[in-house]
Amino acid sequence: MVSDSLQTAHAAYDSKVEGNVIITRVDAAMNWMRKNSMWPMPMGLACCAIEMMAAACSRFDLSRFGMEVMRFSPRQADVMIVAGTVTYKMALAVKRVWDQMPEPKWCIAMGACASSGGMYRSYAVLQGIDQLIPVDVYISGCPPRPEALIEGLMKIQRKIEGDHALENQKKEFFEDHA
Amino acid sequence: MSAAQDLESLSAKFGADVVVTKEFRGESTISVKLGVLHDVLATAKNDHGYIMIIDISSLDHFGEDPRFEMVYELATLDDSKHLRVKAKVSEDEEVPTATDVWLGADWHEREVYDMMGIRFSGHPNLKRILMWEGYPFHPLRKDFPLAGRPSDMPDVAFTGVAPLEGGPFVTCAGTNDSVKREPRARTMD
Repeated sequence: MVSDSLQTAHAAYDSKVEGNVIITRVDAAMNWMRKNSMWPMPMGLACCAIEMMAAACSRFDLSRFGMEVMRFSPRQADVMIVAGTVTYKMALAVKRVWDQMPEPKWCIAMGACASSGGMYRSYAVLQGIDQLIPVDVYISGCPPRPEALIEGLMKIQRKIEGDHALENQKKEFFEDHA
Repeated sequence: MSAAQDLESLSAKFGADVVVTKEFRGESTISVKLGVLHDVLATAKNDHGYIMIIDISSLDHFGEDPRFEMVYELATLDDSKHLRVKAKVSEDEEVPTATDVWLGADWHEREVYDMMGIRFSGHPNLKRILMWEGYPFHPLRKDFPLAGRPSDMPDVAFTGVAPLEGGPFVTCAGTNDSVKREPRARTMD
């Protein structure tokens, strides 16, 4: 038998709700959702794209991280994987696709070519995609193995964890009410 | 008829307009003057059965005159014989197009125009095929550096100079010794 005093102490207790409540910060909740549903924009330009496809397939299985949804429309994508040699002719198309991606967005330069031009020291090749768009993670390798790509995506996840998601999203609101 | 016999037949027909014919390890080459180039190509196709154009290419003999040389690689459909036709072109000359002989010559000639800057008269659609319209250089010319030259077309394309850091190896044709023929890098003004 439960005493009266104990019942008073648990006045707000509802057995139907218990177990379904999590107390957290808004930032943490937003970051958690973002980092586990990063939809990649596969910018496959050369052989790195083959490794990217392998990473998405069942052996390496990007879907374990919520990243299996390769979106060929930039408007639905969160992270752009620049996989391969960026020629000058392609460079502004890559930039244009990047500009169409909604914020927040991240960029991975996958492999030597996308990071620095790689072995293509030539008139036709952009010497690193970072000359055109901001890059969050560079992955070394020629091409990198799928594990390396997964590691790169996990690096971005870790980066997202430290984000001030709410503050960034509601910047104007906070400024108006400061 | 074999390719060697075709060479004799073409030489007899075009006489003094044939510069030289050459047989080397089973490859038959005929060099002709630019004026009869189109006729030679048409004859090769219509009379000798070279109904396939494998490739159209060009050479830059930088420092010589005439500077450029066209190279046409022909073959019969059953691949029983191949013929190479060459013709020298100076910088201010145009080459008569071969698109009326082989439709497949279209893109090959566009590539030659893009990379070497040789113009073709009568070509139905002579524009760049690899670089973009408006790119100011022809990259396969000998006086164009491998690293490239800066150019800019706002919102269309831009190029920069690639860092070569003293490499890679380049080769220069000629009779120099191997040290001079193969410098670590070649600097252009």
